[in-house]
Amino acid sequence: MPLVRLENIQKSFEMKKSFFSKSKQVEVLSAITLQIQPGETLGLVGESGCGKSTLGKLMIRLIEPTSGRIFFKGQDVSHLSSRLLRPLRKQMQMIFQAPGASLNPHMNVEALMCEPLNIHQPEASIEEKKEKISHLLSLCGLRSEILSRYPHQCSGGQKQRICIARALAVHPEFLVCDEPVSALDVSIQAQIINLMRSLQDTLGLTYLFISHNLRLVQYFSTRVVVMYLGRIVEQASVQQLYQNPRHPYTRALFAAMPSLSQRKKYLPLGEPASIFDLPSGCHFHPRCPMAQSRCQVEAPLLRKDSSGSEVACHYA
Amino acid sequence: MLDSLLEVQNLRTSFFTGKGEIRAVDGVSFSLIAGKTLGVVGESGCGKSVMSLSLMRLLPDQAVIRGHLFYRKNDLLKLSPTQMRRIRGREIGMIFQDPMAALNPVFTIGDQIGEAILVHEKVSSRVLRGRILEILHQVGIASPEKRMHDYPHQLSGGMRQRVMIAMALAPEPKILIADEPTTALDVTIQAQILDLLKYLQTQRHLALLFITHDIAMVSELADEVLVMYTGRVVEQGLTREVFGNPKMPYTQSLLKSVAFLHEQAWEFPRPKLEVIEGSVPDLLALPKGCHFQERCVHCMLRCQQQEPVLRALSATHRIACWKDC
Repeated sequence: MPLVRLENIQKSFEMKKSFFSKSKQVEVLSAITLQIQPGETLGLVGESGCGKSTLGKLMIRLIEPTSGRIFFKGQDVSHLSSRLLRPLRKQMQMIFQAPGASLNPHMNVEALMCEPLNIHQPEASIEEKKEKISHLLSLCGLRSEILSRYPHQCSGGQKQRICIARALAVHPEFLVCDEPVSALDVSIQAQIINLMRSLQDTLGLTYLFISHNLRLVQYFSTRVVVMYLGRIVEQASVQQLYQNPRHPYTRALFAAMPSLSQRKKYLPLGEPASIFDLPSGCHFHPRCPMAQSRCQVEAPLLRKDSSGSEVACHYA
Repeated sequence: MLDSLLEVQNLRTSFFTGKGEIRAVDGVSFSLIAGKTLGVVGESGCGKSVMSLSLMRLLPDQAVIRGHLFYRKNDLLKLSPTQMRRIRGREIGMIFQDPMAALNPVFTIGDQIGEAILVHEKVSSRVLRGRILEILHQVGIASPEKRMHDYPHQLSGGMRQRVMIAMALAPEPKILIADEPTTALDVTIQAQILDLLKYLQTQRHLALLFITHDIAMVSELADEVLVMYTGRVVEQGLTREVFGNPKMPYTQSLLKSVAFLHEQAWEFPRPKLEVIEGSVPDLLALPKGCHFQERCVHCMLRCQQQEPVLRALSATHRIACWKDC
């Protein structure tokens, strides 16, 4: 049974294009169907504004879908009330991009670490909590001296480790990691990625790994979903996707990656369209080198092939 | 003889704070050559940006800049503020990481590019309009006649960065400093902006100083590389020397920490990534000797006692390290 299953999810927000214009419904996610198996790492890539983060927040029900259904361990959670969601929250947690912004500057690390325990295990004694915290710290490679410090006294890498420790405090099974290392330096990135990998091995975690760093996604994920303007355009195992990208957008993304060795083959692409003004048919057609007249009218559906990978393109 | 435009000699920039002197840049020397690109890499806080701002003398007054910056035999550090204003923009242009913060939201982009030209020359409004359109066209903005009347918020991130480049290049500088110009952009747009910079560099024979933390990007773009750590140069040389055969342990570890990601390897489970343990030391509490010693796998007694100086390995390649010395 998949841990998380999304069925035909659609999400719209009421937004205004400018201060003076009338607000209208903007569709940020459309027809998203996917599954995450226990123990796997699903990579989610795409340009900014394509709906990656919205999808991540939907999966742990921080926001509600406009239509479609979300299943967590087989249970329909799409429209559960926050009271009924609370026991489930222990099983799903999130790590954000800017570790500094998700830690309260007025609380020291000890208080920050206690907070999730106070909410989810109010019955535990102080000794139990202390023991728990020191276990979590050592799990995340932090020393106990850090407990008395405040967030501004910690380095970026330490802050991200604290965020991870906080998320783990409630024994989650599913972690949504939204650009967990993009705010960190290269040498620290590798430390955090290694930590997340070893935690997955020891605790059997399932990750949704949202990133625009295609190389990290390649290293870290077992399966990858590529999104473009609110739709899934390709979905495959990491090896299939990187060795044989099929959607023209995926190919463009790979061609644009800076590389240590070979020169890139540059594909001439314009800019992504605005979600206020989505192109007709296939959203990618104005930038696509392969576009034909059919692409302007008819939106391609995700097709599954024999190898299990899916692609949404008329001509791929 | 290569046409060296800017000679930087022993540049040192310090900030004096209540807790003591912070040497943000300490003894950096290099030269910028027309048509060539110098890449500067390093982690956050290593002094990359302070260095570029020192070149333009754009730092606040409490920053003390020492050393020599020879631009056509004039030491920029000895110029009066008025004289410096004639150099800034006109001779040395600069583009920043976040174009939205660098553009004025209440003026159209045409006005802002025009202003960059008018500061340095008197031209008629007709000529000015022509030049604005030409530069917008050159940086790849479609229908510049319409776009020049747009405000920054009406443009996408990539377009804004193109406008920034247009603004920097409108007064026709000889040197362009690009401080993390693509960090805020998506990967496809990043590639477009890099291609644009390369194209404009060949067209105008620009000397480019390219500052970034993305090693892959530097290896693609730069002819020469400067690796910085705690305000000092730790390795300097031609790109193929520094990245092909890195000698300083810090450069070696930096490259190793990204190298696996660049291989198309498919072994499962994945091997661990190479890491540099620890973090960058506090600039107010630097260790005696080499600043990298605590994180270095080759650390010796000498590294703890004596600070390494830059020494030449070849005519172009230099490192600051006691290893094999």
